[in-house]
Amino acid sequence: MSITGLDTMRADPPASPQEVRTATIDVTVNGRVHSVSADIRTSLLDLLREQLHLTGSKKGCDHGQCGACTVLVNGRRINACLTLAVMHRGDDIVTIEGLGTPEKLHPLQQAFLRHDAFQCGYCTPGQICSAVGMLDEARQGWASHASETLGGGVVLSEAEISERMSGNICRCSAYPNIVDAIRDVAGDRP
Amino acid sequence: MKSFDYARADTPEAAVRQSGNPATKFIAGGTNLLDLMKLEVETPDKLVDISRLDLRDIAPTDAGGLSIGALALNSDLAADDRVRTHYPVLSRALLAGASAQLRNKATTGGNLLQRTRCNYFYDTASPCNKRQPGAGCAALGGFTRNHAILGTSDHCIATHPSDMAVAMRALDATIVTMAADGARRRIAIGDFYRLPGDTPHIETALDPGELITHLELPPPPEGKQIYRKVRDRASYAFALVSVAGIVSMDGGKIASAALAFGGLAHLPWRDKRVEDALIGNAPSTDAFEAAADVLLTDAKGFGANDFKIPLTRRTMIACLRELTSGAAA
Amino acid sequence: MNELNNSLTMDEAVERNLLDRGRQGVIGKPLDRVDGPAKVTGQARYSYEEPIENVAYGIVLTTEIGRGRVASIDADAARAAPGVIAVIVDHPLVPTDSSMTSALPRTLPEIENYGQPIGILVAESFEAARSAASLVRVDYAPEAGRFDMMEHLAEVEHEPPTRFRPPQEVGELDAALAQAAVTLDATYTTPHHLPAALEPHATIATWQDGKVEIRSSLQMLQWSRGAIAASLGLEPTAIRILAPFVGGGFGGKTGVGPEVILAVIAARDIGRPVKIALTRRQTAHLVHRRSDTRQRVRIGCNSDGDILALAHESTVSQKEGRDFIEPVSIGSLSLYAGAARRFSQSVVRLDLPMASAVRAPGEAVGTLALETAMDEMAEKLGLDPIAFRKRNEPERDPLRGVRFSTRRLVECYDDGASRFGWEQRHALPGRRREGEWLIGMGMAAAVRSNLLMQSQARVRLTADGVAVVETDMTDIGTGTYTILAQIAGEMLGLPLDRIEVRLGDTDLPPGPGSGGSFGAAGSGSSVALACQQIVERLASLIDAKPDELTLQDGIATARNRRLPLVELLAGQPIEALGTIRQGKNGQAVNQAAYGAQFAEVAVNAVTGETRVRRMLGVFDCGRILNAKTARSQAVGGMIWGLSYALQEEAVVDRRTGAFATRDLAEYHVPVNADVPRIEAYFIEESDRYANPIGVKGIGELGISGSGAAVANAIYNACGVRPRDFPLTLDKLLPGLPPV
Repeated sequence: MSITGLDTMRADPPASPQEVRTATIDVTVNGRVHSVSADIRTSLLDLLREQLHLTGSKKGCDHGQCGACTVLVNGRRINACLTLAVMHRGDDIVTIEGLGTPEKLHPLQQAFLRHDAFQCGYCTPGQICSAVGMLDEARQGWASHASETLGGGVVLSEAEISERMSGNICRCSAYPNIVDAIRDVAGDRP
Repeated sequence: MKSFDYARADTPEAAVRQSGNPATKFIAGGTNLLDLMKLEVETPDKLVDISRLDLRDIAPTDAGGLSIGALALNSDLAADDRVRTHYPVLSRALLAGASAQLRNKATTGGNLLQRTRCNYFYDTASPCNKRQPGAGCAALGGFTRNHAILGTSDHCIATHPSDMAVAMRALDATIVTMAADGARRRIAIGDFYRLPGDTPHIETALDPGELITHLELPPPPEGKQIYRKVRDRASYAFALVSVAGIVSMDGGKIASAALAFGGLAHLPWRDKRVEDALIGNAPSTDAFEAAADVLLTDAKGFGANDFKIPLTRRTMIACLRELTSGAAA
Repeated sequence: MNELNNSLTMDEAVERNLLDRGRQGVIGKPLDRVDGPAKVTGQARYSYEEPIENVAYGIVLTTEIGRGRVASIDADAARAAPGVIAVIVDHPLVPTDSSMTSALPRTLPEIENYGQPIGILVAESFEAARSAASLVRVDYAPEAGRFDMMEHLAEVEHEPPTRFRPPQEVGELDAALAQAAVTLDATYTTPHHLPAALEPHATIATWQDGKVEIRSSLQMLQWSRGAIAASLGLEPTAIRILAPFVGGGFGGKTGVGPEVILAVIAARDIGRPVKIALTRRQTAHLVHRRSDTRQRVRIGCNSDGDILALAHESTVSQKEGRDFIEPVSIGSLSLYAGAARRFSQSVVRLDLPMASAVRAPGEAVGTLALETAMDEMAEKLGLDPIAFRKRNEPERDPLRGVRFSTRRLVECYDDGASRFGWEQRHALPGRRREGEWLIGMGMAAAVRSNLLMQSQARVRLTADGVAVVETDMTDIGTGTYTILAQIAGEMLGLPLDRIEVRLGDTDLPPGPGSGGSFGAAGSGSSVALACQQIVERLASLIDAKPDELTLQDGIATARNRRLPLVELLAGQPIEALGTIRQGKNGQAVNQAAYGAQFAEVAVNAVTGETRVRRMLGVFDCGRILNAKTARSQAVGGMIWGLSYALQEEAVVDRRTGAFATRDLAEYHVPVNADVPRIEAYFIEESDRYANPIGVKGIGELGISGSGAAVANAIYNACGVRPRDFPLTLDKLLPGLPPV
């Protein structure tokens, strides 16, 4: 099929009605290019977890309500559960596995460890990826719901960090320690 | 999630040519559509991926307003300097919505088209006229904490969940579309959304396959702008009630007023009679109460959401007090 | 290698805390979690995450009515759907509910509650499984169900059979109330709560050679293995459960869920490994709930504020045939003095998912009522809430007359009041306002009964001087890996990098499991007992008495001899098994942990929104093993209390018996912005009666009382005191000042 303006990215036609529609998906994850054939319905999260075996990104709700699946796509934090893998061809994805290793922790990973900013650990990769994206947003001067003013610089007070991290639920409720860990890395004091 | 055909478009013209069938959906951010597809509340046969269309720009219009590409991300729109400076009610509304992760994916056009968060709409085991016309409404007689108090019908008492759309309504945004045949159309936001009536499954004025390409804001309004959202959590929760307010003063009297409300109705609610009741009056509790009376004359609770009536009154009055005091923001 | 044994039954006070002999200096220290690096880097593998060859994806099929029968199931379309391997709906072993220790119930075709399992569908991918599941057509014969406790109060059972507390009464309550100068008779309600662990219940089942390996998100592996064995007619030895990492439990994973059995059945049927994770929405019905409660509290005092009569009578809900009754008043039994006392739990049978233990069963909701009532009573008496409580601090257990093992609640009150600035609280409500915000302070007592369960652990000191600690105990975020490493390190004189802790594997000695705050006491004691035996052996190797031996940094010192452990061991590892059991101490003394909770809140005078501005807790909970993880547990619990006061509510649709709030968008657990700065302090005292390491449970104590402190602060802020939890803004609005 050739329609002007439609690029070649489409589902492979099913061989029969009993076949699952698949697509070949090329993505860069943690600096490595992957080419994977997947069910067209596969979320980015399931692609990472089930096909690339990058299980650091967690599935807590699968509906964008908890943030455990937070990854960085082209530098921005998003919920990997609420996006189709097939829509990310050519994107640059960073997951928790791409930030650091037990031997060489990312500063935020180190801070989470030092401040005991987790208990069961299930929300933790999402929290840390979210914090990476959040610090970048703050550096760009983005305001938040907690900001007094919409303009000017961002000072990452406790209230600012709490608001900006509210897309990541921690049922163990390590929130105060999460805020401390992030402040430690952000280096800002109100 | 039902299987679907998938194609990615790289021009709006190509996108609309692919559509036109009610079972075809555009997908951009996907944060609402995929949520619903996983539950099979939405079951499109085909998705046309419009996420790579060149519709992200935010640019001044000749009329002195702002043109916002339908694919501008909620976070980018909230952070845009012109929006922050001249349309702070819009920035504030965006920042009050969802989470940072969702705002980084959700688009302006998609935000307008969010489906309701009615828990019975989400539950495919419950009858819902919005999901399945004629099936009945499980919310009536059910758990209604999040439901509407204005403009409801016997067929649907759902609310529109968007914060952004409430601000857009107060700002008199215009929605610019491209139809399946490529024709362009401009729809005032006041004409865009529909009350449920006996067709709650028809939510907007869009025709099947019609693509939102832009939103346009008129030149920045005079006066002070605020967005206030009341919810059950401090963040990451839908509005119980929200108010987008723009009020200008002249000589100690209210010269202009635009008030739109979220959490109250099937659409971002705006009632010109409320604004007319305010304009020309000096700010006072009596004047605010009188305007609230106008807003809430026909309000009707359904048990668990009865509280929204006094809550709306109180929140509106506090907003008006803030809007009419001090210097313009 | 001969394994040494060391067992202890707690029949009397332990004269010398086993940890006191250590010189390593790691015990109690705020050390980072030893499993932390794996967790912060995403390397920790939870149960759904082990890569398994040829695994198939299962999804639980569930009912969409609340009461009745399954008339027929048509799975033909589902079986024909792309990628589907099997639809198992007619299997005799399909369980319909979860169970802690015994075989899972099987009621099909009877439907006892909404969302009950009817089978499992297995497919080549998660997407194929989920989409085919919606093609399974079920015809029902519905019946009228009982879905609301208040509608069925008339059918209450007053003395239900229960594993928990029978009704208890001492003195003449009615007479004492009649004599009291000041009385309070108040009824409070709390809603259903969901555990809502962030990791949904998940299992991978793999059969090989007649044995099944189950990677599953479970808190209590020994009990679970027994329940699985009984359900499938297998020997426990044919089952191995692995749960090295569990993404939160909160009671919800204390039992075996139907999905575990379904995965095992399906894996056997299709001859392939099967993995299954509940969807978030499924967890609402497939995981047990905490019951809603209706609690009547009566307090009678003389005019000086001495409690003469105290009654805490509750009604909870449970489905038919289940014996767990939320032990609502367990914390009230001995918290305050008063000669006449009555405590009871009644039950209303409903056709709802099973009620069972959710974090701090009893105290979590019981203290919401009791500690609010105490605040109300203090106000009636014109007494400061702390003064009222201190006045009624009992000398001995007022119900049973036995002594308290340790009880430093008064110090908690005083220390907390001083740190919090309690003296700044206005006695009258509504006196402090900042703009739109009304500010108030509240406090409450915390109490959590202390338990000890049998536990075993093996410690092996290898010839390389590395200690390997092994038990099937789990770490659900509680810090088990870390505290067991600290105990072994302290006693064997090893730095933590010389210790390896292996948990969550039923091939290892049986620990107590994570529940009831008894994990650290049981598994910690069994590790300490094993280490004690190793120390004795090392002493004999160096030809000294154990008390003469000092172990530090891998060096043994005794009688002027100083030898690296590796040399002392001379190629021979030492292995010991430690066993701890509860004995007479369980009844001979009253063992509990205590605390004082403080909260400052701001209530918006316009909208009724409440923001907690700060919280502070001081806890008396025995010896602290790790100051960092202990504090985290206390703080986490306090936030649960905040949430119970303000947010959490699982709403049942009374027409269908289905939860209307079944995902994390609707069931409001706190987000970061809901939570303020929180301080937690400990008043440490080793409890000699509790266990040989003197610890008490911490995991649940933080919840106790913290919600009531928030509720009392709300009253102090705005003068509104709803007795119907959670205190959402709609309940405050009617009492707020005009705008």
